[in-house]
Amino acid sequence: MSRARADEEEYWHSSKFRAFTFDDEDDELSQLKESKRAVNSLRDIVDDDDDDLERVSWSGEPVGSISWSIKETASSSTSSLEGRDSGLQKGSSSYAAFPKQVSSYSLSSLFKGELCLSLSALSDTGVKNYAPELRRPKAEYKDYSSDWSPKDTVRRMQRGKVCSLERFRSLQDKLVLLDEAVAGHDGNVITAVLIFLKRTLRREILFRELEVRQVALCHLIHFLKEAGEQKLLLDLLRFLDRTEEVALSQYREHLNIQDVEKRREFLKGCIGLPFSAEDTSHIQDHYTLLERQIIIEANDRHLETAGQSEVFRKYPRKASILNMPLVTTLFYSCFYHYTEAEVRMMWKKRRIPDKQYVLTALAARAKLRAWDDVDALFTTKNWLGYTKKKAPIGFHRVVEILQRNNAPVQVLQEYVRLVEDVETRLNLATKYKCHDVVIETYKDLKDRIQLTAYKCKVERGSAEEEKINSILNNMVRNASNPMEELSTCEAACLGVAASERRNCKTQSSANRATLLLLIA
Amino acid sequence: MAFAGRRDVPEPPDFGILKRLARDQLIYLLEQLPGKKDLFIEADLMSPLDRIANVSILKQHEVDKLYKVESRPAPSASDQFCFLVRPRIRTMRYIADIVNADKMSGRSRKYKIIFSPQKFYACEMVLEEEGVFGDVTCDEWSFYLLPLDEDIISMELPEFFRDYFLEGDHRWINSVARALQLLNSLYGPFGKAYGIGRCAKMSYELWRDLEEESEGDGQGRKPEIGNIFLMDRDTDYVTALCSQVVYEGLVDDTFRIKCGSVDFGPDVTSSDKSIKVLLNAQDKVFSQIRNEHFSSVFGFLSQKSRNLQAQYDRRRGMDIKQMKNFVSQELKGLKQEHRLLSLHIGACESIMKKKTKQDFQEMIKAEHSLLEGVDVRESTSFIEEHIDRQVSPIESLRLMCLLSITENGLIPKDYRSLKTQYLQSYGPEHLLTFHNLKHVGLLTEQAAGETLTAVESKVSKLVTDRAAGKITDAFNSLARKSNFRAISKKLGLIPRVDGEYDLKMPRDMAYVFSGAYVPLSCKIIEQVLERRGWLGLEEVVRLLNGNEFSVSDSAVEDNPAWESQRVILAVFLGGCTFSEIAALRFLGKERGCKFIFLTTAITNSARMMEAMIEAKA
Repeated sequence: MSRARADEEEYWHSSKFRAFTFDDEDDELSQLKESKRAVNSLRDIVDDDDDDLERVSWSGEPVGSISWSIKETASSSTSSLEGRDSGLQKGSSSYAAFPKQVSSYSLSSLFKGELCLSLSALSDTGVKNYAPELRRPKAEYKDYSSDWSPKDTVRRMQRGKVCSLERFRSLQDKLVLLDEAVAGHDGNVITAVLIFLKRTLRREILFRELEVRQVALCHLIHFLKEAGEQKLLLDLLRFLDRTEEVALSQYREHLNIQDVEKRREFLKGCIGLPFSAEDTSHIQDHYTLLERQIIIEANDRHLETAGQSEVFRKYPRKASILNMPLVTTLFYSCFYHYTEAEVRMMWKKRRIPDKQYVLTALAARAKLRAWDDVDALFTTKNWLGYTKKKAPIGFHRVVEILQRNNAPVQVLQEYVRLVEDVETRLNLATKYKCHDVVIETYKDLKDRIQLTAYKCKVERGSAEEEKINSILNNMVRNASNPMEELSTCEAACLGVAASERRNCKTQSSANRATLLLLIA
Repeated sequence: MAFAGRRDVPEPPDFGILKRLARDQLIYLLEQLPGKKDLFIEADLMSPLDRIANVSILKQHEVDKLYKVESRPAPSASDQFCFLVRPRIRTMRYIADIVNADKMSGRSRKYKIIFSPQKFYACEMVLEEEGVFGDVTCDEWSFYLLPLDEDIISMELPEFFRDYFLEGDHRWINSVARALQLLNSLYGPFGKAYGIGRCAKMSYELWRDLEEESEGDGQGRKPEIGNIFLMDRDTDYVTALCSQVVYEGLVDDTFRIKCGSVDFGPDVTSSDKSIKVLLNAQDKVFSQIRNEHFSSVFGFLSQKSRNLQAQYDRRRGMDIKQMKNFVSQELKGLKQEHRLLSLHIGACESIMKKKTKQDFQEMIKAEHSLLEGVDVRESTSFIEEHIDRQVSPIESLRLMCLLSITENGLIPKDYRSLKTQYLQSYGPEHLLTFHNLKHVGLLTEQAAGETLTAVESKVSKLVTDRAAGKITDAFNSLARKSNFRAISKKLGLIPRVDGEYDLKMPRDMAYVFSGAYVPLSCKIIEQVLERRGWLGLEEVVRLLNGNEFSVSDSAVEDNPAWESQRVILAVFLGGCTFSEIAALRFLGKERGCKFIFLTTAITNSARMMEAMIEAKA
């Protein structure tokens, strides 16, 4: 130790501060006076910067104030005091000897004027904190290594100075030190003390004491996480009975495993970890998902390179499916393997909510413009044998997804027609130019005015215009005869492309049913 | 004091000094390693560094090559390496690897690490462990404060949020205290201090501690800032979770403002390159729209364009001399304005395009319902659909958190089903994210209280009463209830709607959220300043889990005539959003006072959510 210490002592003994020992620490006035004299006395030591002495720094502190001067002194005196720039005070045996730094004295003296000023204001530790040491030089420097109270040790460390912690040897002392560190609110110091405790205490004892010191415990856990001391972290968590955290902390490690096979093996091992019941099933899912993905990946890479499958030729894969979320994998499967019954069965079995399945399958099939698959997705048969369109997500969503995939108007309008809320239906139909739906809706609403107004939105001489005209005529004549209207509707439907006819029939038979109900 | 009628808003103090101080100290530190050297800079420090120095300054001080920390070190011939870093263990290992590799190959160099804003003991310990302690010299660059604008100072410590609120680490409190000390010495003394939150309290105490040692040299000086208000981010998560709709907030949410500047991509600049734009009070166009509700920005911009056109048009019918004047005096300004206008119009268009694609309207509607506490089921299924459609992992998480906080936790059935669907949509590893969110109290399950109490009582049996009290405190902080609904009612955060809320002529701070919600954090500040303390707010304080304080420094002269009495330093520990800044700027204008913002970092909902996600090491 202790060249630094010896140097320091020498410094203090030879320095003029020695004269100022204050018995009455509370007497602030006398402190102030003494400080002033200290400053004056320091001028003799630091008289290289005469020009600057009269200046005032940004902090309002006169340059040449205690802290400023001492800073200068610290660097000028050969026995560098614990200036923040020098690592000398690391005299404690726990630290490797630190080579003495080139004194900053010569350099700093090169920078006069503003630079020096700003430094005195900024150098946090340098500025304000020498005062207490000045106050009690004797008491504190008489015996450097053993005289700091736990509180003072913590304070000094907070100011960025290194203190030897070696003398805190009894458990009691160590704990008092830790409690002081926590009371000081500086996490840096708390961690420093914990590192010391970790090195000097058996872990069970440290753990036991930390159990009742939550703040300190958080710091140790965080430190262990950052330092990557996973084993000790797990021991600590186990000791604390925080089994769920043990599990999560282990599971977290999979993020660092790049190789998929190794990752899969690792995840398999995670299934047995003490998660909550709910999370265990998520971990299980994670494992089976990756397992599945590995199989798909191997299969499809083969398919792709063989060049036999049309869908792979037409839409080459952009990325590997490995480590993708479940829904992405589902999308992938719906995109490339939708027709394979086996694949579909597998997906149906999973715990995927109906909504999520439909949304994903819809997006995938729409992207491939496989409109028949889309149609099938929403078609259900009831016990009377009627087919019916049903969607767990609301048809306005369906329309939106189809539209984003550039579905043709004929396809789009089928689903627009199914939107239940009249206003939304009208909005969507108008937006996407599904004229038939708009016209029919206005007809159902018996809204002549809107219908007439809509005439200017359709092409002159088109089938739609004709349809509007005929409806308008019918409305005048037979507004009260629902059957008549129905036939108009059916006639209108005939105008639609042949392939859509089947659905129109469905639609009109549904209409018929509604109308029958209405009449009854 | 502050709120005695409408007066002229005081001018903010000049924070340029802070930049000069930081720059000068950096130069001093670089000079400590004389001669040519290569400088390795931590990625997070680059933007802040850009704001106070430039490459030519570094070159002047013999920096030869610049590298980014974490990138593979290029084979360099330099004899000296200087590392400008945040105090992180990971970075220490990176440096140690370089030093050790050099040692192995018999290469001798000088190494210097400059920590910003301070050095941590744990870092030194790692250097020691790696066997390079002594081979490197360490220094601190006390760059605590970066003025981003005339009224915003950032500590640029986004990790503060995770470190303190998730990990419970107090490492940055000292930095906050030192930052306060510096501000106090330059612009104080602060006569009055208010605060709420544990971290606020600790920072305040540590700061006072530092001040006590510093011989009170500020006594009798005329302060420029008279009041200070400290607040923990967890006092009000709700505000930070809302979609922002004032222009600056929207720009931040859409393009990410980084250290006061933003990169506008090709879709904004309508050219093929990106432009980096500094967004602050100096930007004549931006400064007029930054605090406006998005809906009024269009009108403003088009008006502005028309004016500009008119000014250009004046050229017609000018004679030669007038034209000469016009070109030499006005044209440059007009061109500059034209450039800015087209950028901001481009930004607006781009925002509109992105937002309409995401059903922004529907989302805002769901958010407002959550804030008001109506139609919770509808909002829940909106969120569910959002997740199912894989819209955005961050947005989905944010909405879930908003639902949880406003409802004091999700009912277990919803929690489970949303979590399952989330994991299926965005990846099973988000299990860890959910755990973190639960831990900080952002996304919880109702009736989780029971299990906690069990642990608590078990632990309590082991220890004395005093310690048990502390533990209970600690547990409370973990499991804190948000009580949002009750607080909202008490403080009237949801304005009564009578007719249309005029967003162009706002009547209260709620305009920053389309008139639907007064930001809680700002409302608390308003109330406390108005009452000059917490008197009468006891119930609110209780619902916010206490830790409030209000201290006047009797030693500081209290002269009501001083403008500084109307200048308030609002300190946000854990981040502050542009919406909050806009709201308090509005309040300041209304009440004739000036708010200065000190934040650990500018935040928004996305940054908060991202801080909760576990990444690979």
